[in-house]
Amino acid sequence: MTVEAGEGLLPIVANDDVVRARQLVRTLAQDCRLSLVEQTKLVTAASELARNTLVHGGGGTLRGELIRNGLRRGVQVVFRDSGPGIADLELALTDGWSSGTGMGLGLSGSRRLVDEFAIESEPGRGTTVTITKWAR
Amino acid sequence: MSERVPILQIGDILLVSIQTDLDDQSVLNLQDDLAARVVESAAHGVVIDISAVEIVDSFVGRMLATIAAISRMLDAETVVVGMRPAVAITLVELGLSLGGVSTALNLDLGLRLLERARGGRDGLTAEPTAS
Amino acid sequence: MADPDNSRQLIDLLSADAEDLSAEWVRIVSTTLRGRVSTAEIDQELRELYSALLAALRTGSLAAKDDAFAEVRALLTELSRTRARQGFTPSETAISVFALKQALEPALAKDPDGGSLRSYLQLSSLLDDLGLFTVETYARAREELISSQSEQLLELSTPVVKLWDGVICVPLVGTLDSARTMVVMEKMLQALIDTGSEQAIIDITGVPAVDTQVAQHLLKTVVAARLMGAECTISGIRPQIAQTIVALGIDFGDIATKASLADALRHALRRSGIEIGRRGDRVAK
Repeated sequence: MTVEAGEGLLPIVANDDVVRARQLVRTLAQDCRLSLVEQTKLVTAASELARNTLVHGGGGTLRGELIRNGLRRGVQVVFRDSGPGIADLELALTDGWSSGTGMGLGLSGSRRLVDEFAIESEPGRGTTVTITKWAR
Repeated sequence: MSERVPILQIGDILLVSIQTDLDDQSVLNLQDDLAARVVESAAHGVVIDISAVEIVDSFVGRMLATIAAISRMLDAETVVVGMRPAVAITLVELGLSLGGVSTALNLDLGLRLLERARGGRDGLTAEPTAS
Repeated sequence: MADPDNSRQLIDLLSADAEDLSAEWVRIVSTTLRGRVSTAEIDQELRELYSALLAALRTGSLAAKDDAFAEVRALLTELSRTRARQGFTPSETAISVFALKQALEPALAKDPDGGSLRSYLQLSSLLDDLGLFTVETYARAREELISSQSEQLLELSTPVVKLWDGVICVPLVGTLDSARTMVVMEKMLQALIDTGSEQAIIDITGVPAVDTQVAQHLLKTVVAARLMGAECTISGIRPQIAQTIVALGIDFGDIATKASLADALRHALRRSGIEIGRRGDRVAK
């Protein structure tokens, strides 16, 4: 798997940055020529995860890039924070589980919107979520 | 910093058209402004046009549902109009049902839906009640 | 970077007999392609390539991936794409590059000094890389061709028709896979917006079977349509499909399902406030 081009690193520390995250990911999705529905799904997932990074992670970064695996092209976005982390990942990924502010669909919902979803988290050591969407 | 979305009034209907990518604070502001305006104007209907909105995530979804619930308490109906197909498909996948929110394909159909809803309600209140 | 002497020799060799060499190159390639591309066309392609190659070598580089070879790669990309579209095999495409080696052979024989042999070998490995590059580009061009054709096929197979003011219908025919179902459903949702129709009928009379995924897509579409402010009716469910759906444990919930398209249309019309009956019935009322 190789990184193609159009890399972008974005700090997520304020409300505005969630909007910027959506714009960055949309540009990547368009460059990757994802269909409109696939673009919308990816941007929505990015919006949820960027908000998580800001609200639950106390701020962090987003890194988005175009990737290639053989003939497939895709977009990969990594959200990283050094916040409190998540103690029970399995619980956090169930529908309706909420730490209070959202509808409890942030993590579980965005997992359904992308092709690949990976999460690493440890209490006290922050959370890293990586999502990938492949062009069809 | 965060912008205010203008709220227009036509007769007893409030019309909001979301034209830009709103940050979370602006979404909350809109929710507050709308609640205040519904009370102030004694409006009977709220139309939220999202035909220019490219994504609706759980935060915006919650705002729409909350506005609908607040308006209903203040005796007004809320209709969300012009949702794009890609947005609708994404909401279904996300698992968001927008319970309690009425929707219409476009502004025209949305206004007609409000008319019908009011007609129905007036019809009900006109009937003698059991008490 | 290559030994500058070898590079120089190579350039001398290629530029001294440029006319003869490229003519021979063109001749060999036209023979292999057996008249399926006009000689004039090949002549133009290869002469451009020849001068680009020479220009690249003059920079002293011998690596196909260097910037110096950008122009050569661009020409080869164009060549491979054209060949791929015209239906040539990858070998027939790559031969256009490899044939230059063959064309060089006589020139080498004339030179008894071993120096040109080394430069020949270097050029040979460069040409191998460029040949592989054409094969890769060829494969990518074919891949794009296939995917655009399958997209066209999807477009062809998914009509959305207007049945009445405010009622549209998607007649689905043939085997549904999940990719096709998704395309059809997106198209239908867009048609709802474009026509302002509040009723949609998904007719699956022509569908022999549905699996869990397809059934899920149908369900999601109906829910998405509702979110947009429209109602869907599914019609033409064959007994076998009804059995499958029940057996799979998929819950269609409160989604309207009708046996025939006619029933679905009547249902959709009634929902949009239009009653249909015989003239006699209406008089009787």
